[in-house]
Amino acid sequence: MSEVMDLPGDDDDYTSGVVKKFMFVNRKAPHGSIYALEVLEMVLISAAFDQDVHLAFVDDGIYQIVKNQDPARVGMKNFSKTFRALDGYDIEKLYVEREGLEERGLTEDDLIVDVEVISQAEMAELMNGMDVVLSA
Amino acid sequence: MLHTVNKSPFERNAVASCLAHAVDGAAILFIEDAVYAATKGTSVAAKVEEAVGKCKVFVLGPDLAARGMSEDNVIAGITVVDYEGFVDLAVEHSAVQAWL
Repeated sequence: MSEVMDLPGDDDDYTSGVVKKFMFVNRKAPHGSIYALEVLEMVLISAAFDQDVHLAFVDDGIYQIVKNQDPARVGMKNFSKTFRALDGYDIEKLYVEREGLEERGLTEDDLIVDVEVISQAEMAELMNGMDVVLSA
Repeated sequence: MLHTVNKSPFERNAVASCLAHAVDGAAILFIEDAVYAATKGTSVAAKVEEAVGKCKVFVLGPDLAARGMSEDNVIAGITVVDYEGFVDLAVEHSAVQAWL
């Protein structure tokens, strides 16, 4: 009896190259914990799978993309520069919540990368339309 | 008493609780993610400015620099200190209370 096992990777969704809408939601400040760096690692890995990747920066996550970070002063890696390399991986959909910027006394000019500044309501709609959301 | 705080004021209430418990004349030092509390124009700046009037408030310079926060953007009346300054503050005060 020749039976084809139903292995992950065998289904049509996988082999037909379906592109899903992924969102990585960044909510943590960059250097006080390892979350921000870990999410960025995931984002870079996701680029290898040709998915429709979106990055959202809300709450303290906005601080991850502030200009002029010098974390070598506290023995941490300066991964903020990596955000500028994302367009080389075709990751260009970066969104920042306007309310979060204002709460922190920041403007778009304070950010190291080009982003789309959207309202909290727009962010909510965007999140709602995703197939996969990974948040930290 | 020297109070140290290391949490972002937007993520935890450590800064708010510290400010509410620090008596007049106490020293408060913002370190790590709490340095965001020392920056101008935030939604918590008014509370911090109020504390500057009655306490001695400090912020750790290397932690500001790490996060891209300019010393020019620190709330007036807050003193930026380096690690030696941190040690001096710890020595000068009889006790240290850490708000984690």
